[in-house]
Amino acid sequence: MSDERTPNLPELVERGEPRSQSRRRAFDRGFLITCLAITAIAVLALGVLLGSILIEGLPGLRWSFFTEYASRDPAKAGIRAPLWGSIWVASICAIVALPIGIATAVWLEEFAPKNRITGFIRLNISNLAGVPSIVYGILGLTLFVRMFGLFGPIQAPELEIGGRLYAIYYDTMQEPIRVPAAERGVAPELKTGDIGYVQEIEETPDGDLIFTDRWTPVTLTIVPEDADAPEGYGIIEAWQAEEPADFEIERPWYYVQFPFGQSVLAGGLTLMLVVLPIVIISSQEALRAVPGSLRTGSLAMGATKWQTTRKVTLPASIPMIMTGSILAMSRAIGEAAPILVLGVALFITDTPSSLMDSFTVLPMQIYNWTSRWQEDFRALAATGIIVLLMVLLAFNAIAVLIRQKLQRPLS
Amino acid sequence: MTAAPHDPAGELFELANRGRSRSRRRRDGGEAIIKVVLAGCAAFSVLITALIIAILAYEAARFFMDVSVVEFLTGTEWSPLLGEEKRFGVWPLVAGTLLVTLVAAIFALPTGLVTAVFLSEYAPAWLRAILKPVLEVLAGIPTVVYGFFALLVINPSLQWVAKVFTGEELFGSYSAGAAGIAVGIMILPIVTSLSEDALRSVPRGLRDGAYALGSTRFDTSVRVVIPGALGGIMASYLLAITRAIGETMIVALAAGGLAQLTVLPWRQVQTMTAYMVQIFLGDAPATGVEFKSSFAVAALLFLMTLLLTLAGYRILARFREEYE
Repeated sequence: MSDERTPNLPELVERGEPRSQSRRRAFDRGFLITCLAITAIAVLALGVLLGSILIEGLPGLRWSFFTEYASRDPAKAGIRAPLWGSIWVASICAIVALPIGIATAVWLEEFAPKNRITGFIRLNISNLAGVPSIVYGILGLTLFVRMFGLFGPIQAPELEIGGRLYAIYYDTMQEPIRVPAAERGVAPELKTGDIGYVQEIEETPDGDLIFTDRWTPVTLTIVPEDADAPEGYGIIEAWQAEEPADFEIERPWYYVQFPFGQSVLAGGLTLMLVVLPIVIISSQEALRAVPGSLRTGSLAMGATKWQTTRKVTLPASIPMIMTGSILAMSRAIGEAAPILVLGVALFITDTPSSLMDSFTVLPMQIYNWTSRWQEDFRALAATGIIVLLMVLLAFNAIAVLIRQKLQRPLS
Repeated sequence: MTAAPHDPAGELFELANRGRSRSRRRRDGGEAIIKVVLAGCAAFSVLITALIIAILAYEAARFFMDVSVVEFLTGTEWSPLLGEEKRFGVWPLVAGTLLVTLVAAIFALPTGLVTAVFLSEYAPAWLRAILKPVLEVLAGIPTVVYGFFALLVINPSLQWVAKVFTGEELFGSYSAGAAGIAVGIMILPIVTSLSEDALRSVPRGLRDGAYALGSTRFDTSVRVVIPGALGGIMASYLLAITRAIGETMIVALAAGGLAQLTVLPWRQVQTMTAYMVQIFLGDAPATGVEFKSSFAVAALLFLMTLLLTLAGYRILARFREEYE
């Protein structure tokens, strides 16, 4: 049927428009089919992606995979260190990024005047959201890992807080004995009768000897050099007692050194930089979604701006803020590039126990395994990906739950 | 009540007023502190930008004391690690980045827009309810996973397809094309969800008007809704391209490690980000000129993404006014 009703038909014809209703209907149908095809391809791509990873990785998903450390032998390698590293780093990131991010959003949405300065801050935040994460890695490297070199090199930090320093001596059994020391490089004066500590050693059922974290106190005996030194725990020859073999610092979890070095704290703070703009923007959206009538109602009752924010606006927007924050954290867990720039060690065989411990994260380990040529390591990478995706899936599930449980209609 | 002129009402009013003003003052004092703290947090984000610029500028300046800016910006040979004479012409890295981004854009920009139109104009509610989560899952997948996918699925598939159609072994173990497609899959959800937001913000009345004139859904979408949402769509494109340029793990895994000036997607290329990965993973001593060069590359990368973000912000700001 020709489209006689259209007033500017000649013009349309001139532009080569499909003029008949049936042809336009055909276009419509054709487009719909194209859409469906493309959508099907997208779903298919996701299916192939997940399928290929499951096929490669599922056979390796055993319990030992979670409890073993990295190894040169793919059959023995596990993901314990990066899993714990990710947990530490993500926790630090959340503890720092969420308060700062939400506070920034609150200020921008509830308090900030609309002027050039706040306009600049808004522009600045959307720019930060576009900065490649590897650039944040460079910032983290200079700011946290090295601290501009202000406190000396990473290996010999000039400022240490919260650690307990020990000098290490060797007794006549050739066992290391540690004695509390006041300062690095300054030997404590040892006398007979002083207390030192010997590391307890345990024998495993396999007959392997492992060093425990327990230290037994022993009374030291200093014997002169020329004496026929008897062998025994705590007996130190005078020449050994003069100069400690080494200094060692015991690190409780709160131990901090400056600069931070390639530590979990530096990693967490670097990821904080990456996700901060995401937290800010999603929190801003959450606050913006709170109807203005709630605010004006509270203000009309005589509440101040901050009281309104604390008692009305924030509680109303907290489900959306939390959803956005959880998604931001899952971004943090998946980031490898900024961590890679920090120069973290690739081969970690311990889980972090203090803020200053070295670490690796799941995506770094996956990158490391994928970039190797051996088929076995790539299977490991696929298994690692499954673990990573499971962690992220759990995060997303929590976000969905919060959205459903807490979100009530506001207007 | 018999003493001097007395005004109980006035006194009460004054008392109440005094009491009120006291608590007001206290509240205002606390309020001021909180305001300062909150504003301080906002200022922190400005500090981050300032630090990024300062650090990149300082380190790049140190690099440019060894290598001339002109050589860096105009040179067409990048071989900082190999060879007798180190060459620091950044164009091969830029070209590698642009090639991967181009492949990703060709793949993702039209697909993303079509999917967005489908979601916003065509799809019934139940299909939307399936597709939106699929896109959210795609958006949440870490890029290192896409890198794995590019290296182990996309590239072998491309190798196979090229073999079937040309009979030649065009693709090696790494290729710009495979990395580009993976980057495209990565940015697809960004394009789709942002474009869809833009399409949905076009007022219903415009659509109704078009339908009343006898338009099909296709006519309405192409003639009314897409032009109406052009600003948001352009902004989503720019944002997606920004992400593609800065993407690191996919190209580090799948694009290869050879910095060469090429437009052929089956060749391997090194992107700016992939070069930085190579350096920071410890291929160069931390004091050498190669190490410093990665900061210059980072500065250039930051500049590129900054310009794109600013352009996107401009476009959004200009178009946002339209329906408000």
